[in-house]
Amino acid sequence: MSLSDPSTLALESTMDKAAPRRRKLRPWDWAPYVFISPFFILFAVFGVFPMLFSIYLSFHTWDPAAGLSAMRWVGIENYTFTLTDDWFQKSVFNTAWIAVVAGAPQHLIAIPLAFFLHTAFGRWRNAVVGFYFLPFITSSVAIALVFTTLFSRDYGVINQVLTQLGQLPVLEWIFPQQKIDWGQPEYTKWMISFVVFWRYVGWNTVLYLAAMQTIPKDLYEAATMDGAGKLQQFWHITVPMLKPMMFFAITLTIIGNLQLFEEPFIITGGTGGIDQAGKTAAMHMYNTAFMDGDFGTASAVAWLLFIAIALLTWVNNKIFAKSGMKD
Amino acid sequence: MKAKLNPAYLSAYAIVLGGAVIMLMPFWFMFVFATHSDTDILSVPPPMWFGDAFLDNMRLLLGRLPYFWHNLGMSFYVAIATTVLNLFFCSLAGYAFAMFEFKYKEYLFAGVLSTMLLPAFLGMIPSVLIMTGLGWMNEPRALIVPAACGAMGVFMMRQFIGSAIPKELLEAARIDGCGEFGIYWRIVVPLITPAFGTLGLITFIGAWNNFMGPLVIMNDMQMYTVPLALRSLSGTGQVPWGAISAGSAVAVLPLLVLFVITSRRLIEGLTAGAVKA
Repeated sequence: MSLSDPSTLALESTMDKAAPRRRKLRPWDWAPYVFISPFFILFAVFGVFPMLFSIYLSFHTWDPAAGLSAMRWVGIENYTFTLTDDWFQKSVFNTAWIAVVAGAPQHLIAIPLAFFLHTAFGRWRNAVVGFYFLPFITSSVAIALVFTTLFSRDYGVINQVLTQLGQLPVLEWIFPQQKIDWGQPEYTKWMISFVVFWRYVGWNTVLYLAAMQTIPKDLYEAATMDGAGKLQQFWHITVPMLKPMMFFAITLTIIGNLQLFEEPFIITGGTGGIDQAGKTAAMHMYNTAFMDGDFGTASAVAWLLFIAIALLTWVNNKIFAKSGMKD
Repeated sequence: MKAKLNPAYLSAYAIVLGGAVIMLMPFWFMFVFATHSDTDILSVPPPMWFGDAFLDNMRLLLGRLPYFWHNLGMSFYVAIATTVLNLFFCSLAGYAFAMFEFKYKEYLFAGVLSTMLLPAFLGMIPSVLIMTGLGWMNEPRALIVPAACGAMGVFMMRQFIGSAIPKELLEAARIDGCGEFGIYWRIVVPLITPAFGTLGLITFIGAWNNFMGPLVIMNDMQMYTVPLALRSLSGTGQVPWGAISAGSAVAVLPLLVLFVITSRRLIEGLTAGAVKA
């Protein structure tokens, strides 16, 4: 039994002390509280307090320039205004659109890619994984700026490649003949989604790869003995065994994509683009607070967004729990 | 391995390598464009190999962003200070969670973990109000102090310390009369340098790339971090592609160097928590 075990301590103190009512505090009784206190102090000051204040703020109308006394109680008006606001609805639609179009392929590609890297790459696996992972660690601002160059209409590399491919036989059915103006509302979301997909597909691949390394090898050996091909092994062993990681990775994607801010913000120059086609809900919150100076409504937007994220995470949890594979 | 060279495998290899090329392409163009003038960049086909206009582009960049070197210094300062504070506070808290028994420990630890689920944007507006109240607007400490002890770091450190250090060692030190902080400083810290490396990398990269924080805190161009400074290039008017590429290259280069040296440890560190959870 260890010295730091509280039951041992209690026993000792009652035995060796004259007044057993109050045991003496040893350094190791209070030290852990001191050691963890920085986290909780910082979280209280810069986490809990701001959040409580933001709830309070969301029920008020307030222009911060006018000082604290200019705060006026409006009840749930900020929430009803936001929910019926066309621009908010549009930004939620954009967010959901990008979340699905950028999010789903991440997983549909990352899982088979990770499987292939896991089974068919030996020595070179780490290098290839590194290439796919690289976008995840680089500055999203630098990345978004580079992509605005690549996506520019007249001289952008992406348009040049696409139209070149459009000249070839057969491929002309898929690829455009004309240069695409990616700034137009019907294309903005595609552009943003591609950048987001590009940035996070490697991260998901790495997550799935790490999970695959924990699947016992004898499962595959047994399957091979029974004559199962690689494809069957993938469907009947890898995919079911990956369910817990799928739950985790998809949760991260939901949380991340619903608060998408930096990529669309840079790509559309902070405006949301023509017709606000690329404006996400987090951008709507930012603009409401810092462009319109309406902190009350912006706080309401933030909390509505938070509720949406919490609900979707919960639904995701239910779906995985129902399929019976979540541990 | 030889048996695998059938057409299906070959095409799969080709797709995976083609994908890797697509992943690297933007970086390649960023570095190539950084060394070409705007007229070169806008030619058809675009330049594929390095040119000699890098210094001109940097001059252009400094014309648009006169404080760029100061911004770069600010980025390093914020990232390094955040990293050092995280290493200290997270390892201290992780040590407490891994090695001590104390009341409410489980609840407190669950509390730490649950803060990871809070989305960053929720604190965006109120943090501005707090920083205004403290008089920290436009100050680097407004970026450093709130980020000085991340939940992810506490979790990582607890996992590592719990698995790497035997409790008997600490008890022996205690019997020898070493104080609680002395044990941490003299025994725990030297034993957890690998974890320091991983957490340091992750924190540094996160702080270096942070955009939302500086965006709402820093008003003064001189106090901008690099991502924020670069962002102001993409405004209205003529877009200086070469200068943007050169600036982006400078912003990404420190991370690329770090990544090439440490990619394996970094990837393992980032996924270790996920696999165990």
